[in-house]
Amino acid sequence: MADNLYEQLGGGPAIDAAVDIFYRKVLSNDAISGFFDSTDMEEQRAKQKSFLTMVFGGPSQYSGKDMRAAHAPLVEKGLNDSHFDAVAGHLQETLDELGVPADLAAKVMAIAAGTRDDVLNR
Amino acid sequence: MTLRFNGAEIPCPQGSTVLDALIEADQSVEYSCKNGICQTCVLRADRGAVPAESQVGIKDTLKALGYFLPCVCLPEGSLEISVPEDADLLGRARVVSKETLSPSVSRLVIEPATPLYYRAGQFLNLRRDDGLTRSYSLASVPHLDPHLEFHIKTLPGGEMSTWIRDDVSPGQPLEFGGPNGACFYLPEHPEQNLLLIGNGTGLAPLIGIARDALHSSHHGDVYLYHGSRHVAGIYLHEDLLELQTLFPNFHYVPCLSGDAPPQGYRAGRAEAVALGDFPDLTNWRIYLCGYPPMVNAAQRKCYLAGARMDDIHADPFELKELRSSPRD
Repeated sequence: MADNLYEQLGGGPAIDAAVDIFYRKVLSNDAISGFFDSTDMEEQRAKQKSFLTMVFGGPSQYSGKDMRAAHAPLVEKGLNDSHFDAVAGHLQETLDELGVPADLAAKVMAIAAGTRDDVLNR
Repeated sequence: MTLRFNGAEIPCPQGSTVLDALIEADQSVEYSCKNGICQTCVLRADRGAVPAESQVGIKDTLKALGYFLPCVCLPEGSLEISVPEDADLLGRARVVSKETLSPSVSRLVIEPATPLYYRAGQFLNLRRDDGLTRSYSLASVPHLDPHLEFHIKTLPGGEMSTWIRDDVSPGQPLEFGGPNGACFYLPEHPEQNLLLIGNGTGLAPLIGIARDALHSSHHGDVYLYHGSRHVAGIYLHEDLLELQTLFPNFHYVPCLSGDAPPQGYRAGRAEAVALGDFPDLTNWRIYLCGYPPMVNAAQRKCYLAGARMDDIHADPFELKELRSSPRD
């Protein structure tokens, strides 16, 4: 039995399965899609993939500093707790749709919750 | 192993990635995640094979051109690599013919001095002898057409397009850079349905892609939606109706967003009509060319309609400024 979270979740193939479900949810939510209004959707999707890799406990090198820098312009545009909660909600729904066991999903959500202050630049 | 990059020979020790070797040699390269995820560091292998792991996540069309991620590339042999933008050599050509397709679109046919290897749907940078340069999509197909064909839209105040319309005649020499661009047909999944949406001269690359697919025995359905505000802008109507009689799996849908549609035309913007006809695009391959706001909006709608990102090939036509990097 794999002992780390990333392997328990299914590694790279699990990320591939999750990224489109997650990114489509985010883009479809009018309350937050404005923050994702990039013309370069491929780059944007690659970033979502990095984020999922991180919260799945995978080999991501995103630091808190990167997270702050990436979101600083969005915070200036009004990114706040309600938007963070909406994205977190879509992450939870994604995990549910993929049938991720509750104990593993809770670990993922805990990692995601830990990024709140960096994302909101507090 | 040796890497050839920007004219320099760079050693790549066993176990070192291409990116680390370039950084070690003080080459200026862009990178971010160093994990094969962000694709910031993408380079092109012009010679030598790169391992499959270094192309994971890269679009099929770019893979075919040798694009790879140096941060996860442990080379198995020597490589000659370049920054994609730098691969821009000028070729020489002569104008063969010019004809009017509509009040604002001319068909320009040129013959390169030496045969050009390209894929239908790519673009060239055409250069006048004083250096004026503009990008135009190829409308021809290498294995079907003897020359290179472009559809040139005359833009108000457009220096190059006005010159081509008013002053260019057969025999006129031109230089060109390219081919560039990753919006082209690959025969890998001949059963896949193709959705081609273009407005204005966005039709040029799409007709090339459609003919390439149909003549390559593509047996999935090929839908081409061509949009314009006015009937005159649907400038290849007869040709496309004829193509439809030759290939039963080819479906041509002209769309008018301004004029009232005559018999055989649909009312509305091309992307809206197409998405209305096919709300579920799971497993479809999609090509979007033309006016950037249409292309960008359609890309998003097609993705939300279930198409995989790697299956959506978008070619927004940016006007006036010469693109500094290949469009994809």
